[in-house]
Amino acid sequence: MSRQTEGQQFASALGMGNASPEGPRGDSPVLPPPAGPLYEAKPKPGSARAAEGETLEVAVGPHHPSTHGVFRMDVVLDGERIISLKPRFGYLHRNHEKLCEGGTYLMAIPYTDRLDYFCSLTNNWAYVLAVEKLAGVEAPERAEYLRVITAELTRLLNHSCLVGFLLQDMGAMGTPLMYAFREREKLVDLFEELTGARMMCNYMRFGGCRTDASAGWLERTRRVVDDFPRFLDEFEDLLTSNEILLARTQGVGKLSAELAINAGVTGPMLRASGVAYDIRKAAPYGIYERFAFRVPVGEHGDVYDRYMIRMLEMRESVRILKQALKEIPEGPVLNPKARRRNFRPPVGEAYGRLEAPKGELGFYLISDGSPRPYRFRIRAPSFINLTILEDMCLGHTLQDAVIILGSVDIVMGEVDR
Amino acid sequence: MVEEGLRNELSRQNIFLTSIQELYNWGRRNSLWPLNFGLACCAIEMIAASMARFDIARFGAEVFRPSPRQADLMIVAGTVTKKMAPMVVRLYNQMPEPKYVIAMGACAISGGPFKRGYNVLKGIDRYIPVDVYIPGCPPRPEALLHGLITLQRKIAGERLTGPERPRHLRELEPSEYPIPAYGPYDLDPPKNTELWHPKPFVRDA
Amino acid sequence: MRDPEKSSELEETAPPGLPSFQEIRRILEERVEGLRLEFIPNPAAPDQSSFCVPTEFALETARILRDDPRFALDFCSNVTGVDWLDQTVEETILHRETTDEGERTIKEIVRRRRPGFLEAVYHLYSMRARRGPLVIRQRTANRIDRVRVASLTPIWRSAEFQEREVYDLFGVRFEGHPDLRRILMWDEFKDYPMRKDYVEPDDYEYEPTPQGEAAAKARRHYPYGGAR
Ligand code: SF4
Repeated sequence: MSRQTEGQQFASALGMGNASPEGPRGDSPVLPPPAGPLYEAKPKPGSARAAEGETLEVAVGPHHPSTHGVFRMDVVLDGERIISLKPRFGYLHRNHEKLCEGGTYLMAIPYTDRLDYFCSLTNNWAYVLAVEKLAGVEAPERAEYLRVITAELTRLLNHSCLVGFLLQDMGAMGTPLMYAFREREKLVDLFEELTGARMMCNYMRFGGCRTDASAGWLERTRRVVDDFPRFLDEFEDLLTSNEILLARTQGVGKLSAELAINAGVTGPMLRASGVAYDIRKAAPYGIYERFAFRVPVGEHGDVYDRYMIRMLEMRESVRILKQALKEIPEGPVLNPKARRRNFRPPVGEAYGRLEAPKGELGFYLISDGSPRPYRFRIRAPSFINLTILEDMCLGHTLQDAVIILGSVDIVMGEVDR
Repeated sequence: MVEEGLRNELSRQNIFLTSIQELYNWGRRNSLWPLNFGLACCAIEMIAASMARFDIARFGAEVFRPSPRQADLMIVAGTVTKKMAPMVVRLYNQMPEPKYVIAMGACAISGGPFKRGYNVLKGIDRYIPVDVYIPGCPPRPEALLHGLITLQRKIAGERLTGPERPRHLRELEPSEYPIPAYGPYDLDPPKNTELWHPKPFVRDA
Repeated sequence: MRDPEKSSELEETAPPGLPSFQEIRRILEERVEGLRLEFIPNPAAPDQSSFCVPTEFALETARILRDDPRFALDFCSNVTGVDWLDQTVEETILHRETTDEGERTIKEIVRRRRPGFLEAVYHLYSMRARRGPLVIRQRTANRIDRVRVASLTPIWRSAEFQEREVYDLFGVRFEGHPDLRRILMWDEFKDYPMRKDYVEPDDYEYEPTPQGEAAAKARRHYPYGGAR
């Protein structure tokens, strides 16, 4: 191969060939296929460049440091631009649904912890919400408050870690993630004191919560919550107007409101696209009507908006937490009438959903009157949010795809279940 | 070998006595480079262990490498599904010798809470040899550190010669293991029978 | 549950923010020619009762549900499959009978074998109008070879991966799906693991506290020792 053609191949691999199709490429002879390609190059029928064998198929994952677990994308690149991206799932398919159908209703709670392993408490809540709807059980007042408190703490934990990981994907190795995990440690300490476990809390039950919070715990939570805005300010000082972050995120991975709704995108992703839909407001569950908070909404639907929405949501969570910690009443935390052992809900079905940090988390249960659910289905937000990953990534470069994926906020435990 | 007392005495005189074996093991055990490889929930605690509070750098293992070619410790942190198992074995095969494996968490050891799942591998030791098992679901970061120290002790005790020498110094031991293929109902083969010898288990009546 | 009186009573309830089930049925049957909806009452949560839509009308019905401003269900939240094995069901049938003493109602319990089928369940919401859920179902003719239903992915994109998942785990084939492949299991996999009669590979020997099926399996795999 002559030197000249080598140079051209290199240039087109960098995407330079795209800009001027009539340029030096126009009058050069048709390139021979590369002798030994590093990756398998398969022509894609239809495109002219593809006929020259220039598209590049890259399998990103399942072991890749930027895919947040064992996620795989089959990417086809034309030069550096993505022309097709197919997500591949199932590398963490742990059969939650089958296992939970084989056990009693109570036995499913620890499994819900392991779905989205950052947010075990909201997972618990979504499940007990569905069971409570099915069986018509209610939780006492104090338990409802504890649920709100733990759920909002979970949201703080999830969003701060997510931002850390997103920045990690952008190449900010270490620092933001370290800050986020510093805060996470404070929050998991609270969880550990309340529930006995750092990550897998297994805390909520049909008709209440498993244990009561001590006065000391509430006090310590108050202190952590009061401190949290300081961390947010620090984080935002570091990031929000950071030039690199702006350059890498603004205008990248745009998602229109129509497509987002049609594709069932929920959570911060949806709100970043300008749809003010938060289940805490749209169909309030628990006692969320009692709290004053706002729903931040984005304008452009790009990665930057998604980052910003999460920052703002954390501030709103702090607001909810302050109110809840002030108002929490005394009383029991478990409804004495609710059975947990030998619990047989009536025949029927129920779908319970709530606003988990990643979007709408729903549980669909069918009861046939036996102690085991006949059908146990998890509607996982991060799985469905991935439906439009390809649409967001088309035309971008691979390194943008990594950031776009990061901004979707996925956890493989939930995606594959 | 020089006895311990004499050695201490000499070191006070700025004379440092050691053997090649000790020096070699000392160097290796304090610079274990783990593969940056997370599978499930346990990986989050592994990341937590590498962050400021638990600071795995105190034990020389903070250099998480994204490429298996640069790593010598594989921490299998999380559930290995049947769909993922061939990749895990392939990554193991790609690591250069000497290499070690820590199975972190109930799932990597035996399938853990998901043991009865149809797509869950019941323990990674069915396909690759495991050096240290860390029980827990998830193990706390302290437990991971303890597992790491256990592995370091194990490396410190390795002999370079003689019949006791570790796997990677024996010519006949393989350093790569067969990668299972996807079958119509299960992995093919479902376990590496040359490697995996479960103890015969007799239940009490 | 199959008490017809109870069923029609439940049909008067309404899903949140929407007209009553009777009304919904009337509107839909009016707009789609030939459509007959079967009402599936849900005694546990009456506002989440559902309609079974015949497969051939599913796409059209779905389009109306999305575009008609009376519904405006623009958000398909959840798609899932359910496997119903062959069953013997007991049905209470009410007869009216005129005898010498006048008219009276006789309840009769009939046992009947219901052939199994697979079901695809859709939970629909409206994001703009804050309504829902309205639950619709599609049923296959049987569990073996006539397992086709209509894909609703052309209406709601969010069904794309979820229908693929139902295909993968239950073996329901969605007509008109753009890309119907296995999604969670590997491509070479042959079975449908979420079906109720799926038999998993016998690949574990030991469980600390075996119960039920696991205990039976444990007995096969490792013998009792000690005093036995
Ligand atoms: S052992 Fe527990 S925490 Fe670890 S991967 Fe398995 S389920 Fe998750």
